Amino acid sequence: MGTDPTPRTITIDPVTRIEGHAKITLHLDDAGRIADARFHVVEYRGFETFCEGRPFTEMAGITARICGICPVSHLLAAAKTGDKLLAVQPPPAARKLRRLLNLAQLTQSHALSFFHLSSPDFLLGWESDPARRNVFGLMAADPELARAGIRLRQFGQQLIEQLAGRKIHSAWAVPGGVRTPMTAATAAWIRERLPEAMATVARALELYKALLDGPLQREQRSFGDFPSLFMGLVAPDGGWECIEGAIRFIDSTGQIVADGLSEDDYASILGEAVESWSYLKFPYYKPLGYPGGMYRVGPLARLNVCERIGTAWADRELAELRARSGTPGSGGRIVTSSFAYHHARLVEIVACLEAIGQLVEDPELQSPHVRSHAGLNATEAVGVSEAPRGTLFHHYRVDDDGLITRVNLIIATGQNNLAMNRTVAQIAREFIPEPVAAGAEIPEPLLNRVEAGIRCFDPCLSCSTHAAGQMPLRMALVDAGGRVLAERVRD
Amino acid sequence: MSVDPPVVHGHINGQVFSAAADATLLQVIRAAGLQVPTLCHLDGLTPVGACRLCLVAIEGHPKLEPACVTTVAEGMVVHTHTPELETYRRMAVELFFAEGNHVCAFCVANGSCELQDVAVEVGMDHSRFPYQYPQRHVDASHTQFSLDHHRCILCTRCVRVCDEIEGAHVWDVGYRGSACSIIAGLDQPWGEVAACTSCGKCVDVCPTGALFRKEDGTAEKHPHPERAAQLAEARHEHRWTNP
Ligand code: SF4
Ligand code: SF4
Ligand code: FES
Repeated sequence: MGTDPTPRTITIDPVTRIEGHAKITLHLDDAGRIADARFHVVEYRGFETFCEGRPFTEMAGITARICGICPVSHLLAAAKTGDKLLAVQPPPAARKLRRLLNLAQLTQSHALSFFHLSSPDFLLGWESDPARRNVFGLMAADPELARAGIRLRQFGQQLIEQLAGRKIHSAWAVPGGVRTPMTAATAAWIRERLPEAMATVARALELYKALLDGPLQREQRSFGDFPSLFMGLVAPDGGWECIEGAIRFIDSTGQIVADGLSEDDYASILGEAVESWSYLKFPYYKPLGYPGGMYRVGPLARLNVCERIGTAWADRELAELRARSGTPGSGGRIVTSSFAYHHARLVEIVACLEAIGQLVEDPELQSPHVRSHAGLNATEAVGVSEAPRGTLFHHYRVDDDGLITRVNLIIATGQNNLAMNRTVAQIAREFIPEPVAAGAEIPEPLLNRVEAGIRCFDPCLSCSTHAAGQMPLRMALVDAGGRVLAERVRD
Repeated sequence: MSVDPPVVHGHINGQVFSAAADATLLQVIRAAGLQVPTLCHLDGLTPVGACRLCLVAIEGHPKLEPACVTTVAEGMVVHTHTPELETYRRMAVELFFAEGNHVCAFCVANGSCELQDVAVEVGMDHSRFPYQYPQRHVDASHTQFSLDHHRCILCTRCVRVCDEIEGAHVWDVGYRGSACSIIAGLDQPWGEVAACTSCGKCVDVCPTGALFRKEDGTAEKHPHPERAAQLAEARHEHRWTNP
C-alpha cells in the first residue's frame, strides 16, 4: 500500500480507548488517492493466556462468559472441541438440540443487528438526527415494526433460555452432548410463537426490498462491493449449514476454490497476520498469501458458499437475493456487496425459522439420551461452528490430565477484518473527492456512512453494539508521509 | 450446681438455654433456632475452628470465640450478632475471596457453593482487600476427580472426611503462610496416591468448587455435604455391620 509507516505513527490514545471510540485512519498514496483504511481495534482481552492451566471442561463456560457478545457460539464451538478431546460422538438428539440452539442464536443476533442497529439508518434516513437514528427513533416512526423486531429477537433469546435455562445458560452444551432435552412445553411454545416470528421477517423483507429498489442503490454499490473469497460451512450435499458439515471457499466468480476442508486443518488453510496498529489478527486464505487471501465470513458468505438452503421459502428468498444482487461475473451466483449482509441476515432468519419449525416436530429432540460420557482420549482438538457473524474456530491443546496448555480462537470479526477495511476505504472514496489535497476536510456524512459500513459486518466489538445511539468514532486522514491532514471526532 | 445430670444453662442473645455440658456453642445456637455462618464445620466431622466465621462474643471473655470448637459452660452469656461480629465475619469472607482466585462465572460450583452462600449471608458485595491473584494450579492427575487449588479455602473438610470416615488419609495440609495448601499423599499428584479409594467423599463435602468430578462443567457440581453426618451416624449405630 502507498503509505509510509515510519515518519509519524498514529498512536492510540488510551483516553479514546476508555471512551470506547472506534478509531479509523484513512491513508493516502502519493497521488492523494485513498489507498487504505484501517479500523483500529484496541480492545485486547488476552483470554487465550488466561485459559492456560484450566480444565478443558471449563472452556465452554470461560469463553461464553468472557466473550459476552455471542456466548452461545462459543459454547457450541467449545462443546464440539470437547467432543473431540473425549473422542465421542454426541447422541443424535444432542446434535439436533445443538443445532436448534444455534438457529435460535442466529435468529436473535440477526434480529438485533437488523432491527435495532441497522434499520434506523435505512428507514429513518442517513442524514436524520443522530439522536433519533436508533431503535427509539424507529419506535416513534414505525412503532409496529420496532415492536415486532424486538419480539423477534426475544423469540430467539427465549428459545435459548427455554433450552438452556437462564442460570446454566453458559454450560448447557457440554463435551459429549447437551445437558437436557427439549421439553414438550418448549415445543408447544415454539409452535405458538413461530407464526408471528415468520410474519415479522416477511414484513422486514418486503420493506427492505422496496428500499433496495430505491434509496439504497448507492449504498449497495459503494458499501464494500469488491471481489473476495467467501468461507463458510456447507452440508455434505452443498446445502446451507450452521453447525456441522465441512468448510468451503468460493470466489466471486462462483468458482469453488476449496471444498470439504476439515476444521482440523485450519492452520494450514488460514494464515493469521498481525499488524502493529490493531489487536485483532488478520486471517487470510494461505494459498493466496497476505493480503491477497482476503475472505469474508458470516451471513453473506454462508449464502454464497451454499448451493441451496433446503427449505422452500428460504430458497425462494435466496434465489431473489442472487437475482437482485449477484455479480454478473458469476452469472448472478455470488453477491459481492458487503451491504448485502443485511439482506442475507433476513434470508438467514427465514432459513432458521423454517428449520426450527422442522426440528420442533422431530420427537428425537425430546429423547432423554443427550450426552455421551468418556474420559480424555485426545490431547489436541479443533472445533468449529457458524456464529452469527461467521465461522468460529476453537483450538485447544491439553496435557495428559486435560489441563489446557494452549488455546487459539479464530473469531468471525477477525476474519472480516481485511474486508471491513476495504469497505471503509471504498465508502471514503465515494464521499471524499480525490485527489485529496492539503486542507481537505472529513465531511460529516462520511462518519455516518462509515459507521454503517462497519455495521454491515456486525462486528462483535463493544463499541459497535450501542443499541441506543451512534458509535463513537474518531477518524483521521493521513497523507503518504504520515501527516494527519484532518481529523473528525464524533462522540 | 450439681454435676449430675450434666446440664448447663446460660443466655444467647438474651434467650435462656440449657444444654448438655459437653455440647458446643454451635450446637446450642442451632438448637435455639439461631444461625451463624460456618464453612469449615461439617456435622459428622471433628470440628477444627479453621474458618473463623462462627465467631461469637461471650461476656467476660477477652476475645471472640469460634462457636464450633467452644464447649458451653454454666452461666455463659453469648451474643451472636453484634455489629463487631458482623464486621469481622464480613471481613473474613472478603479475605477468602481476596486470597484465592474465585471466578464464580464459570466455576463448577456456581449456584451450589457454600462460600457464595456465606458471602450472601454476611452481605458481602465486593472485597475491600486487594485481590492477591496467587499463582496456583489444578491437580487433574486423578482419573475421576480434580482439585483446583485456586478455589481451595483450606477448610480441611476433605482432610477430615478422608481420614475419619473413609480411613484412607490421602490429604494433609502442607507448607506455611500464603503457600499453605492441601497436599495429597507425600505431596504427590493425587492420581499417584495409592491410598485413594476413589470413593468421592472429599468431593462430596468440599464447600467450594475446589474438588469436583472431571465431567462437571460450569455450575454442574452437585455437592453432598450431608453425607458425612449420615455416614458418621450409621457407623455410630453399627447400622451396616454384620451382627
Ligand atoms: S476420593 Fe475418597 S479416598 Fe480418595 S481422597 Fe477423596 S475421600 Fe479420600
Ligand atoms: S479442597 Fe475443598 S474441602 Fe479441601 S480444604 Fe480446600 S475447600 Fe476445603
Ligand atoms: S465453622 Fe467454626 S471456625 Fe469454621
